[in-house]
Amino acid sequence: MQKSTIATLLAAPVLVLGLSACVSSLPSAEYDRITAEVVKASFQDKGIAKVDRLVQDDANRECAAADVAGKPIDEKVAKAIEEAEMKTVKWPSDGKFLGDWKEGEKIAQSGRGLTWTDNEKTVNGGNCYNCHQITKEEISFGTLGPSLYNYGKLRGVSDPNSPASKAIVEYTWGKMWNSRAYNACSQMPRAGHKGILNEQQLKHVMALLLDPNSPVNK
Amino acid sequence: MKRHVLALAALAALGQGTAWAQDAAAEGIAKYREMLQDGNPAELFEMKGEELWKQKRGPKNVSLEQCDLGKGPGVLKGAFVELPRFFKDTGRVQDMESRLVTCMETLQGFNAAEIMKTPFGKGEMANLTALATYVATQSKGMRFALPYNTTEEKTMYEVGKRLFYMRGGTHDFSCASCHGQEGKRIRLQDLPDLTKNPGDGIGFAAWPAYRVSNSQMWGMQLRLNDCYRQQRFPEPKFGSDVTIALAVYMGVNAKGAESIVPSIKR
Repeated sequence: MQKSTIATLLAAPVLVLGLSACVSSLPSAEYDRITAEVVKASFQDKGIAKVDRLVQDDANRECAAADVAGKPIDEKVAKAIEEAEMKTVKWPSDGKFLGDWKEGEKIAQSGRGLTWTDNEKTVNGGNCYNCHQITKEEISFGTLGPSLYNYGKLRGVSDPNSPASKAIVEYTWGKMWNSRAYNACSQMPRAGHKGILNEQQLKHVMALLLDPNSPVNK
Repeated sequence: MKRHVLALAALAALGQGTAWAQDAAAEGIAKYREMLQDGNPAELFEMKGEELWKQKRGPKNVSLEQCDLGKGPGVLKGAFVELPRFFKDTGRVQDMESRLVTCMETLQGFNAAEIMKTPFGKGEMANLTALATYVATQSKGMRFALPYNTTEEKTMYEVGKRLFYMRGGTHDFSCASCHGQEGKRIRLQDLPDLTKNPGDGIGFAAWPAYRVSNSQMWGMQLRLNDCYRQQRFPEPKFGSDVTIALAVYMGVNAKGAESIVPSIKR
């Protein structure tokens, strides 16, 4: 049986603080430290999912800390995260934002990729329907994110190539590339930034949302 | 099983449509679950677990009947709804499954490390799941009431809370991404809010469960393992402190929830 990391980790502070046998609390930072030790001892590589995936970047660490404290993230910290994440957004290399909405629908449907039961050859999906309503035809959608039905139509996009549509087209690309650039603690995966979807796949999902011919905008 | 197939066919027929179809599909799933309750295959695992509990096994050729799951040697009723808890003899907070491994080692002479490295559904790990199903079933209808009165348990709760909100992996998911709000769904699957008591027989009060989609019996250890797989995290070791801390967090939050174990899931 694996020896308790908790028992050994606890021993020191209990002695130092001279606490008795009753239930005692430690400072929050101490629990943070113990948690890091527990994580280190508990996870192991499996398939393509290695322990380096647990390394925390600033955005994840700050957002999680705010959640644990049960209060919203500090405004200045949020702004700093958003600015840093915005710098990671890569715009389409050929200046074209939209691909084929039919391909986009397939990507939105797929939840595959990047688990330890997938491999390097697995084509990643976008997991979009897990959290969002998208087309009216697909009734099996999640509700963790807002409905995206009529996404382009509601935003007045009749021609995605027109100057009038430029701002919303760019926002949509940026949001999918790195959601945290617009909302520091957004729960949406950073699809472009984290390499979940490639540029071509993102273009297809863009078309699903913004092409006037896509069922999303019917 | 014929009527189960019919229910599934009915669900499939609902494929096209609108919000009405969606409600109908959700209702269909609920009915399907209800029908399965009268013939839950989990009972087979429970029976196997009872045999294993009473059978003399292992290098020492003894039964598990003197195993102390927290309420004294051999006391089964109510043990499950008070786990995880701190055990003086191991100096650890343990959940039902890791405590059963301790008993298999100390009473029967099995090698605990070897059991915990065995893949789910194989060898002694499959036996462990059956044992867990049997033990948990003895608390069916009882309400969760973890003792939660030691410093070790308090520490595990605080660690569990931090793990619950820890974002990571390729998708920045945490447990809270899916289980931090009330009334949300992934696809058509309702998601329990595990930051509080999610209700009788929901979340922590629903595992071990028989899973219809893959015909397998799953304990909470495997449930957590598969959550982390879907979170795109690396693998939590069986019985590791990450799994125990999360169980303490969920178990304490579920105070007062009625256990319906063994339950049945899609």
